[in-house]
Amino acid sequence: MVAKRIIPCLDIRDGQLVKGVNFVGIKEIGDPVEYAIKYHKEGADEITFLDINAVNEGRTILLDLVSEAAKNIFVPVTVGGGIRTVDDIKDLLRAGADKVSISSAAVKNPKIISEAASIFGKQSVVIAIDAKKLSDGRYKVFINGGRVNTGLDLVDWAKRVEELGAGEILLTSMDADGTKNGFDIPMLQAVCNAVNIPIIASGGCGKLEDFVEVFEQTTVDAALAASIFHYEDLSIKQVKQELNKRNIPVRV
Amino acid sequence: MIAIIDYGAGNLFSVKNALDYLGYDNKITNSMQDIMAAEKMILPGVGSFPAAMKMLRESGLEELIKEEAKKKPLLGICLGMQMLFDVSYEFEEIEGLSLIPGEIRLIDSTKLKIPHMGWNSLLKEKECALSKDINEGDMVYYVHSYQAYTSKEYISMYSEYGGIIPGLVFQNNIYGTQFHPEKSGEVGLKILRNFGELE
Repeated sequence: MVAKRIIPCLDIRDGQLVKGVNFVGIKEIGDPVEYAIKYHKEGADEITFLDINAVNEGRTILLDLVSEAAKNIFVPVTVGGGIRTVDDIKDLLRAGADKVSISSAAVKNPKIISEAASIFGKQSVVIAIDAKKLSDGRYKVFINGGRVNTGLDLVDWAKRVEELGAGEILLTSMDADGTKNGFDIPMLQAVCNAVNIPIIASGGCGKLEDFVEVFEQTTVDAALAASIFHYEDLSIKQVKQELNKRNIPVRV
Repeated sequence: MIAIIDYGAGNLFSVKNALDYLGYDNKITNSMQDIMAAEKMILPGVGSFPAAMKMLRESGLEELIKEEAKKKPLLGICLGMQMLFDVSYEFEEIEGLSLIPGEIRLIDSTKLKIPHMGWNSLLKEKECALSKDINEGDMVYYVHSYQAYTSKEYISMYSEYGGIIPGLVFQNNIYGTQFHPEKSGEVGLKILRNFGELE
């Protein structure tokens, strides 16, 4: 039985760990490498770094940071943010990332998914999808940090990225993100039902019970959370102990 | 020195990072002198079997590895483990290094997701030098679509996914892990330490 994964996510800006709310409003928290090592020691199953202003600058800072983290972290490391080309992916993998997470670039140029999968293997290609429910009840895919509605239907896009060779989908609910009101269960299950690659649930986690709920009510493979861990509301160990107690398979 | 064999494929840096962290002298290398001088060898690998095997053959390292493996410990990781076996049927039939009897075929499951990806628990078939202090139920990180089909006598630890997935295999001084010890937290580091401590 493969364990459900708990993944702390570290949003990075200018080399600093930051946290935003509903995709706007940013606060600095501290040194991302220190946080990552702490999470690794607490039993994180993976670590995700997302560079939130990499579109503009700071690539070298990010690569240095990944390389420093990889010297001290012996679980898979995923890095995303600002990836536009196969060379960007190569740089990150060489710096020590095991997987890359691609968002906007995949929408603008879907071929990057198949190219990356054929060169680096599907297992290293995570497609990040930010989605929002519109007033007609349909989920649409947004890019550029949630600012641009692509018009793409969420489920259609998820199926498409699977066909193109994505190894995993990191699915963030923009409605739930930063609210701490729990994961977006209907949205997550809609995508789980449509594809056969692992889904990482993201957005909205605010308490212990939210982790239990997402694994009991959907078939997602992993749950990703940020501020709940950064502000020490909960430790990764606590989350895993609770999931274990509730008979959800985890690595403890 | 542990030689991490660089034949153009694979996740060499994470293996190096783990050995550095554990304090074992190591070198990423494709030099024959280095590999001959090394006390131990690690054969990493990520990607597809035919491409990796082709690179190994074309780099001229295949014969050297087979020769050196008669004298010193060798650890194959993931695709590197798969290459230790006789033959693979990933895309096409390709001969491996034939250091451990067995063959590589797709994971046998119609129900489960392929690749087998994530943390899975280890079960023990029998002890080997690398399974020291590893307990049943300890979890390790797997990412693969193909697996070894081999006799029980070469399996030290395995996981269940569809059927039996050989996790840690061995014959004499040749070892292989289907999972990634360098990405398997404390359990994986223990296995690498067991390898580093081999005489």
